[in-house]
Amino acid sequence: MSETTSTAPQAIAPKRSFHYFANPARFVRVADAVYPWCFYAALICLGVGFYTALFVAPADYQQGETVRIMYVHVPAAWMAMFIYANMALASASLLIWRHPLAGAFAKAAAPIGAAFTFLALFTGAFWGKPMWGAWWVWDARLTSVLILFFIYLGHIALVDAFDNPDRGQKAAAVLCLVGAVNLPIIKFSVDWWNTLHQPASITKLGTPSIHSSMLWPLLIMAIGYMLFFACLAIIRTKSELLAAKQRSLSLRALHAGGGD
Amino acid sequence: MSGIASRKKRRLYIVCLGLLCLGVATSLVLTAFEDSIVFFYSPTDIAEKGLEADRYVRIGGLVEEGSVERHPGNRIEFVVTDFSNRIPVTYSGILPDLFREGQGVVAEGKLDGDQIFVAQEILAKHDENYMPKEVAEALQKSGQWKPESGEAPPR
Repeated sequence: MSETTSTAPQAIAPKRSFHYFANPARFVRVADAVYPWCFYAALICLGVGFYTALFVAPADYQQGETVRIMYVHVPAAWMAMFIYANMALASASLLIWRHPLAGAFAKAAAPIGAAFTFLALFTGAFWGKPMWGAWWVWDARLTSVLILFFIYLGHIALVDAFDNPDRGQKAAAVLCLVGAVNLPIIKFSVDWWNTLHQPASITKLGTPSIHSSMLWPLLIMAIGYMLFFACLAIIRTKSELLAAKQRSLSLRALHAGGGD
Repeated sequence: MSGIASRKKRRLYIVCLGLLCLGVATSLVLTAFEDSIVFFYSPTDIAEKGLEADRYVRIGGLVEEGSVERHPGNRIEFVVTDFSNRIPVTYSGILPDLFREGQGVVAEGKLDGDQIFVAQEILAKHDENYMPKEVAEALQKSGQWKPESGEAPPR
């Protein structure tokens, strides 16, 4: 679908191509309509998720009550990777098609992704100390996620490092795409190498090796995290677009004033 | 307009080519450094590669069922196994909560002259199975699952 339309300028992009939604004004209209639903759904999911994870879900046969850290840790780690994957797609479309919305989204999403990555690392350390006997080990999974966190920080720093915000977004987009090689490494680190971190309990093939009484609170938490991210991303992307608009308006006023 | 279109197409190819090169380079580097990326060696790795005494390494496997012997002064002896090779381990110190027979373990230390692994640190390895206690007991009672064989529980 995108193959045939990718060559068309975005102004006449047909309705069915994804370029249709790359228009900032259209994005703001859709986002404003979606936002209240996301907000209340996130509130409900996080409320139900935290309650079931902390009070309803059973203790684990090996870990005891410590298993409850998993309900905060695992969705945070999923979000860390999901947000980065989205940023990488946005960065690619910024570099290839010069969509201004994509640059605004990548800039808006990076601090949220960094926060989720930090949450995953932090809660992981608090689980690791009682269970493994160590806060931190340099195994492939933990190290690659720490690298992801540093790439997020680098993105946040780089995007504002230029006087011209467009150049900052482009430089950050290149960094984001280069860092995307880390995503498969994080995902498959537990399968490719011996790690202290356990392999995935939920895989595409085969039934999950987590009991259903623990699985559904985990999934509710994951949906809640996702909706929460959607809310934050909408707010932050909108304010990025507004800031860009304000910049161009004040530049235009400056030129108009200086010309006379 | 065709100028813009061809430039977009060219940028698309450049991005794809760049990612491809980067992916190939990364996978070559990771393959080359595989030995230092692994967190621990299994007893079979050690048996195949051979391990000179006094080299500091991590070994990992399951704590062999029935092999744990506790001695006075917090000293403990057990056997790390991957069901094809086994390494006897001795350790003095505090054990993590999850250390138990039939569960995964990583020991950090070195071989002494008598082919006994002297551990400086013990880490428990948790597997990917999560279930309530009652379910685990029911599975074991019905004989559908023997944790000591190291197999995943049936679902």
